[in-house]
Amino acid sequence: MLVAEIKHLIVKDVRLELKQKYALNGILLYVVSTIFVCYLSFTHIIDAPTWNSLFWIIMLFASVNAVSKSFVQESQGRQLYYYTLSSPQAVILSKIIYNILLMGVLSLLSLIVFAALMGNFIRNMPLFVLSLLLGSFGFASVLTMISAISSRTNNNFALMAILSFPIMMPLLITLMKVSKQALESNSWDGNYQFILVLMLINLVVVTLAFLLFPYLWKD
Amino acid sequence: MTLSKDWWKILGVTLVLYSIIAGFLVPVPELRVIDQSIRNLFFHVCMWFAMMAIFTVSLAYSIRYLSGFDIRQDILAAQAVNVGLLFGLLGIVTGMEWANFTWGAPWVNDPQLNGAAVSILAYFAYTVLRHSMDEDHKRAKVAAVYNIFAFVLLVIFVGILPKMSSGSLHPGAGGSPSTVATLDNVMRLVFYPAIIGWILIGTWILNIRVRYIRLKQEADMNA
Repeated sequence: MLVAEIKHLIVKDVRLELKQKYALNGILLYVVSTIFVCYLSFTHIIDAPTWNSLFWIIMLFASVNAVSKSFVQESQGRQLYYYTLSSPQAVILSKIIYNILLMGVLSLLSLIVFAALMGNFIRNMPLFVLSLLLGSFGFASVLTMISAISSRTNNNFALMAILSFPIMMPLLITLMKVSKQALESNSWDGNYQFILVLMLINLVVVTLAFLLFPYLWKD
Repeated sequence: MTLSKDWWKILGVTLVLYSIIAGFLVPVPELRVIDQSIRNLFFHVCMWFAMMAIFTVSLAYSIRYLSGFDIRQDILAAQAVNVGLLFGLLGIVTGMEWANFTWGAPWVNDPQLNGAAVSILAYFAYTVLRHSMDEDHKRAKVAAVYNIFAFVLLVIFVGILPKMSSGSLHPGAGGSPSTVATLDNVMRLVFYPAIIGWILIGTWILNIRVRYIRLKQEADMNA
């Protein structure tokens, strides 16, 4: 029952998105413009750590922008309609999965554009892509939950940024560490525990969202 | 001030006074670079322990609010965050003081320091979140959810991640051995009572804050 609800909600979100292409195009434009500005401002080829930091900063702001729309789109009346139809767990899980898909696509596309314009410094591609996907999943799940929390207030974008940055910062630092390794060497040594921690974080965030969202939903 | 009700307050003050006086008088092991400033251990580390204890209290009250929807639990949770922030800021200030003496700069790029800064920022964000809402129960619910969410994530990030990173200046992380485990027995005699004393003082501050808020609310209602 729960799985069917989740599937239908995800399909609804994906269909809406494919029809309007609002989020995907908007964020893609944002990312490409930012990368282009970086390309114009760095006149010579930059070194690997700078490449890494720039990429992750762009990813951070793009994900905050992308996920902040998830609870804002629906009007008050429609929220009530969803409330009567489906369970809160289904709603939050479907939103998290939808945002994970969105962020996964966006991160891969931005990696391609970034590597095309700023040069490809990556030595260990599988490790980098793995850390990129795990990182964007982490961003998506944390930001979905924070977006749910801040949607109950006056829906300030600033509030969502304030709430999310302290939690995203350690995640970002871990991701930068792992991806720096991927840029510098071909080996996988020493990274297993970080990959494990990233997976653990994703699991914990989704579990917490599952447990806590029903309290936000009732109103 | 009756002894039967307030014995723990007197105990707290006594323990902290003892730790301050004994802290400066006990012989400490001779270590290079740190020298006598290792005495700061009785103050700086105690701040963090007290902060963790009070944030755990806040978490407990947030969970209790979500199970019972009693607004008094929410007041306790919020005030506990305020008191915990006080201890956190004191911990950072004592740490900066210590770092300036031993490492040459008040702040370095270190995972444990970054973790501490991040947790203080997260609880400041909690305070901002509370201020952005007006209705009692909605504010309480949303703040409780954020409190639980942030606490669990911070335990993972700030507790586990620094242990995994190597080459840290700060004791207790991957690079250097933990000074708590290698603590001299004489220092332990001062250290453990100090922690208990500071936690009791923190509880007293929390107690007064909560009573003040409750009285203010009653006065507002009767006005």
